[in-house]
Amino acid sequence: MIARPKHQRMVLLALAGVALLGAVLLAMWGLQDRAAYFYTPADIVAGKAEPGRAMRLGGMVEVGSIRRAEDGVTITFAVADDGGRTPVSFRGIAPDLFREGSGVVAEGRLAPDGTFVADNILAKHDERYMPPQLAQPGAGAPPLRAGQ
Amino acid sequence: MIAETGLAALWLAAALSLLQILLALGDGRRWFDAARAVRGVAVVHGFLCLLAFVALLLLFARTDLSVQLVAANSHSAKPMIYKLSGTWGNHEGSMLLWVAVLGLSGTVLALFSRRLGERAMTAALGAQGALALGFHAFLLLASNPFARLDPAPIEGRGLNPLLQDPGLAFHPPTLYLGYVGLSVAFSLAVGALLIGQVDRAMAKAMRPWVLLAWLFLTLGITAGSYWAYYELGWGGWWFWDPVENASLMPWLAATALLHSINVLAARGGLRAWTMMLAMVAFSMSMVGTFLVRSGILTSVHAFAVDPQRGTFILVLLAIYVGAAFLLFAMRTAALKEGPPFELVSRESGLVANNLLLSVILGIVFIGTLYPLFAEAVSGEKLSVGPPYFNSVAGPVALLLASLIAIGPLLSWRRETRPFGRKLVIPLLFAITALVVLLFAAPEVGWLPKLGIAVAAGLAPASLIPLLGRNPLRAPLATWGMAIAHFGVAVAIVGMAAESGFTRETLAAARPGDRVEVGPWLVEFREVYPAVGPNWTAIEAEFRASRGSGAVTLKPQTRYFTDPQTETNEAAIKTVLAGQLYTVIGPPDGEGRWQLRLWWKPLVTLIWFGGGLIALGGLLALLGRTLRGWRPRFRNSRERYA
Repeated sequence: MIARPKHQRMVLLALAGVALLGAVLLAMWGLQDRAAYFYTPADIVAGKAEPGRAMRLGGMVEVGSIRRAEDGVTITFAVADDGGRTPVSFRGIAPDLFREGSGVVAEGRLAPDGTFVADNILAKHDERYMPPQLAQPGAGAPPLRAGQ
Repeated sequence: MIAETGLAALWLAAALSLLQILLALGDGRRWFDAARAVRGVAVVHGFLCLLAFVALLLLFARTDLSVQLVAANSHSAKPMIYKLSGTWGNHEGSMLLWVAVLGLSGTVLALFSRRLGERAMTAALGAQGALALGFHAFLLLASNPFARLDPAPIEGRGLNPLLQDPGLAFHPPTLYLGYVGLSVAFSLAVGALLIGQVDRAMAKAMRPWVLLAWLFLTLGITAGSYWAYYELGWGGWWFWDPVENASLMPWLAATALLHSINVLAARGGLRAWTMMLAMVAFSMSMVGTFLVRSGILTSVHAFAVDPQRGTFILVLLAIYVGAAFLLFAMRTAALKEGPPFELVSRESGLVANNLLLSVILGIVFIGTLYPLFAEAVSGEKLSVGPPYFNSVAGPVALLLASLIAIGPLLSWRRETRPFGRKLVIPLLFAITALVVLLFAAPEVGWLPKLGIAVAAGLAPASLIPLLGRNPLRAPLATWGMAIAHFGVAVAIVGMAAESGFTRETLAAARPGDRVEVGPWLVEFREVYPAVGPNWTAIEAEFRASRGSGAVTLKPQTRYFTDPQTETNEAAIKTVLAGQLYTVIGPPDGEGRWQLRLWWKPLVTLIWFGGGLIALGGLLALLGRTLRGWRPRFRNSRERYA
């Protein structure tokens, strides 16, 4: 059976609507537990972050806090802002621009003991780049050429 | 003097783009020939844009530090190729490149597109002029690349060393050719809607542009992915970073458009849908430009956070997209219906392709912009990363990949032949692959497993359209389709193998130590300093062996002084079965160095597949354009649709 043209356009329109709706529903479902919320050390001190969930932690690498563990590949450091500090442990090679006194975003999870276990560390991309979240007042905005 | 010439050319070009709009609006008057006038103006406009860009290139080549942009982004000690590529390694320069490509594409459209009627051409060039005018305003008012600096500094600030790489020399221009090629499709669609002529001739005029844009986007994304893979030293090939998504979204829309325009060109169907896709595709290019240029999303790529410029692009985006969709809403009801088709037909297959691509586009779009939306609504800051994109868009992409195996086997309008039998062999391949994986590699996730199974079926199925006739006499476009679809299968195998079978070792080692990764035994032999034109480095020497035979790898940590930065230069050894990827990290102060090693089986297939997809696009483009350019050599009994 071949549909009449008018009919066919309605069917196509309906299909496009279903596809759009499907995309939105799929996206909403996916975002529910896969979006990583951004927290600052102050948020974590205030107990806003739920342990065990994928999240991002942003702030400044506290000066003098970077330590290397015995195995040679795990580093620990503290991310700090005006409202607090959070210890972070990371197993891997830190990015080129990761250094004390510099802005950093760590991706990972908060362990029950309050340590942030990072899977990934993002440092600012060049001396002009700063994550927008860090550039906002109150989030401990670093000087633009910190650490250089 | 050069800077002033460039600036003058830009102002003149802006004036000409305004003239282009006015002339197009005056079309239909008896007392002047709007079509010829518009073409002439478009040609001159394109050359003026080119002149402005060449002026900026010259300024960078000479490191003219009295120009603010050069002083901020260049350095006299840089190698020449990076001085030149530095022209578009910054905001103003890359926008000027955008405008130059936009102007030149108008020139090419005016000079070479012979398939279009005069009214359609005039309307399209008018729309193109309107696009150009907005971006000229953006350049001249919000990001003048030729601004002078007084007094001139003694030395420039240099270019981010990560960006000093041959990859950067070609990556942005390639993507821009893609973005801007879609602007021509947009202008053609707007023009066609304005004069109410959405027909097969228009689709055939639009098709080469879509193919060209899609080809460059494919190349740009593939090259960009490889660049991120070897240059960032993180071992990954796709990070679902907003800037990567910014190039993926136009590609998804262009892929849908590329398929639906064939229905319009060959059968006259899917008119309104194709026009909408042409608009969506370019809108996605603008969204991409907005995301990248505004730096509004946290991104490893964002190199300028500038709300004013972001707002400017957002306003342009709203004007163009809003006007285009308003026009679409007003005119679409008046469009003629295409010929009908049955549920099982080539058209239906292409509709399914379009719907699934739209779903993927929607998922990527929502995931990319959700952080902005959430922050605006509730003030919450969040990011959306690989877990979301892989698990939500991945299955839909695999469903689409399995449909690719079936679609090209169907006939137009109504499928009467039994086509199921052709699919027996591909299905057997897919099932065999799945069963083998279930037993041999049970630890691998289900998405990589399914991916390899789908690809195992798609690879043979994609070649079926070439069988059953003399393959040498098959049209180039059919070859292009088969190769591109085969490339999809190849790329999927690479992606699935990379995510399912990668082996990683992280170790702290002294020279002389041995480290295992996958089937490789890597001996860390020594570390020593090295020096390059504008960097110094620590270089390590690895000797890697697998069974018999050994290879040497030399990863580096490079230190740049202007600006002061260090980068990891991964050393990668490609063998037939995959790549060994090595990175040397910092020392720990006790004589040990951090080593990060990956064994990535079949990973090269990702980019090889991308290359095949692009090659398919190139063949289709050649097939379509060559056929149009020499119709007189054709036999008269061959009537082409």
